[in-house]
Amino acid sequence: MSPRTTTAPPGAGRTRGATEPAVPAAPPRRPRRFSPRTLLIAAVAWSLAVVFLLPYAEMVITALRPADELRDATYLPGELAWSNFVDVWRESELGQNLKVSLLVAGGSTLLVLLVALPAAYYTARTRFRGRKAFLLLVLVTQMFQPTSLLVGLYRQFHQLDMLNSVWTLILCNAAFNLAFAVWILTAYIGSIPVQLEEAAMIDGTGRFGALVRVTLPLAVPGVVTALIFTFITAWNEFVMGLTLATTPESQPLTVGINGFIGNYSVQWNYLFAASVVAIVPVVVLFALIERHVVSGLTAGSVK
Amino acid sequence: MSTHTTPRPPRAARSAAPRRPSGIAARLGPLPWIGPAVALIVLVVLWPVYEMVRTSFLNISISGFVRGSAGLEQYRRLFDEPDLAGVLTATVVWTVAVVGVTMALSLALAQLFNQRFPGRRLTRWALIAPWAASVLMTAIGFSWMLDRTAGVLNTLMTDLGLIDAPRDWLGSPATAWPWMMCVAVFVSLPFTTYTLLAGLQTIPGEVYEAARVDGTSTWQTYRLVTLPLLRPAFLVGVVINLINVFNSFPIIWAMTRGGPASDTATSTVFMYQLKSSDIGLSAAMSVVNFALVVLMVVAFLKVSRWNADSKEEAR
Repeated sequence: MSPRTTTAPPGAGRTRGATEPAVPAAPPRRPRRFSPRTLLIAAVAWSLAVVFLLPYAEMVITALRPADELRDATYLPGELAWSNFVDVWRESELGQNLKVSLLVAGGSTLLVLLVALPAAYYTARTRFRGRKAFLLLVLVTQMFQPTSLLVGLYRQFHQLDMLNSVWTLILCNAAFNLAFAVWILTAYIGSIPVQLEEAAMIDGTGRFGALVRVTLPLAVPGVVTALIFTFITAWNEFVMGLTLATTPESQPLTVGINGFIGNYSVQWNYLFAASVVAIVPVVVLFALIERHVVSGLTAGSVK
Repeated sequence: MSTHTTPRPPRAARSAAPRRPSGIAARLGPLPWIGPAVALIVLVVLWPVYEMVRTSFLNISISGFVRGSAGLEQYRRLFDEPDLAGVLTATVVWTVAVVGVTMALSLALAQLFNQRFPGRRLTRWALIAPWAASVLMTAIGFSWMLDRTAGVLNTLMTDLGLIDAPRDWLGSPATAWPWMMCVAVFVSLPFTTYTLLAGLQTIPGEVYEAARVDGTSTWQTYRLVTLPLLRPAFLVGVVINLINVFNSFPIIWAMTRGGPASDTATSTVFMYQLKSSDIGLSAAMSVVNFALVVLMVVAFLKVSRWNADSKEEAR
């Protein structure tokens, strides 16, 4: 674990110390007594959590509604139609869209790893000519959004005759996520003492061996954070897919789901059954790295 | 660019005294390491910028055939477009309102989630849901909840007596705008709150200790100690949100498609509406958009740095 991954807020220890009895060697299970202030904070936070989850809960509820209850103004369906989750893949083209999304998100994450890791390692460890220029380039790219460059992207890949290709979406998603990955990884690798590597190199591992055997294992939290971020962003990407993939079978899931709305009568239950399948995995992935997000943001931009 | 947003090279990288190789090896040395990254950025990020600017000066048919140079003709047509003034006004209101409300709410949220309370971990997981979920799908979810006949928000507000009968909220710009802004704030809150939380954690505990010894009230401590120290994180939050919210496309696209006509379009959505009918005009709008984002960010940083400088001089 890197020293940057500590999450305890600075005030945490202090407030506890004030209220706890000064008994040395506290038993593993502290008696749970909370001040009214803590309870109020908890109540507010829990209510907010419900508000944040409501739209997604409603998606799940709609995904479980039988077709004949869709237009009912009721909060909950009379019966649950679990079959929606199966039918949506059978009766629509979304299965193919799901495959494209998996390929694009997986492919661009792999490409980002292959491209960003060496760049970040070298930038963190060496003062080469053009290091500043490279870091500036990365920083400027971070300000560029695919949305603002849509026309240029479309014209470029139209001329290259690369529209409707999975490779195009992989390249684009990797390129627009590269900056963030390079920043996080440079910061992480920079925080690993270079002496460890030097010791390994004295032992005769060579630079590459030192990288693979010493630095990489220590940089795992940073690498995982950067990769999950990339995967989630690519998985959720919409505008580039909408613009660069015009045939139904080349479109990612977001674009496929968006296509549902254009239809004459929207099958909301199917739409949200597909959405839930698309949302749940990334929320779980994100929850896994939640603890590293704060430190990642600190390393990447705040500090 | 101001130093406020420029993330400095990681500290340890500097203090670790990196070696500086010399000779031909030094010239070629970085290439295998950073070459692929540079190539990817140049080919997929910078080339489209060039292509976009070039397209805005070309005369292109709907089928994509280049008929020759158009000079500034596209820009002249863009500025003659009757909808443009309305779209630009809406864009400014949209960006300022969404970023402003997001920053204010996030300050409160960050303070709340920085406390210790039972279930903090779980509630934080709930908070990240809108960040992890696709913005497009969240927006579709909200448009379904606002559905005229079966939308749960219509049902809820009718049951609570807030409205007499279910309404078609997204049907008219006057009600569609506030709802879309709510969704934009909703999806911007997690990232912003986490940025501010990261900022809060860089404030050393001793600072608060000192403030307590001095006998300042909670509110005074927040205003005089926390806020000034939170400034770098706050600035990062504002700048990233300015860029994101200005470019925000999926929310409006999913909820109204910018319609009726261009009445609920920001300049980004307007650019997309133009793309299918008139790519030259669309390219000109993109270039204007791009310039606007850069101007906005630079202006904001200038103003905020000027504030900091004048405050320091006053001391």
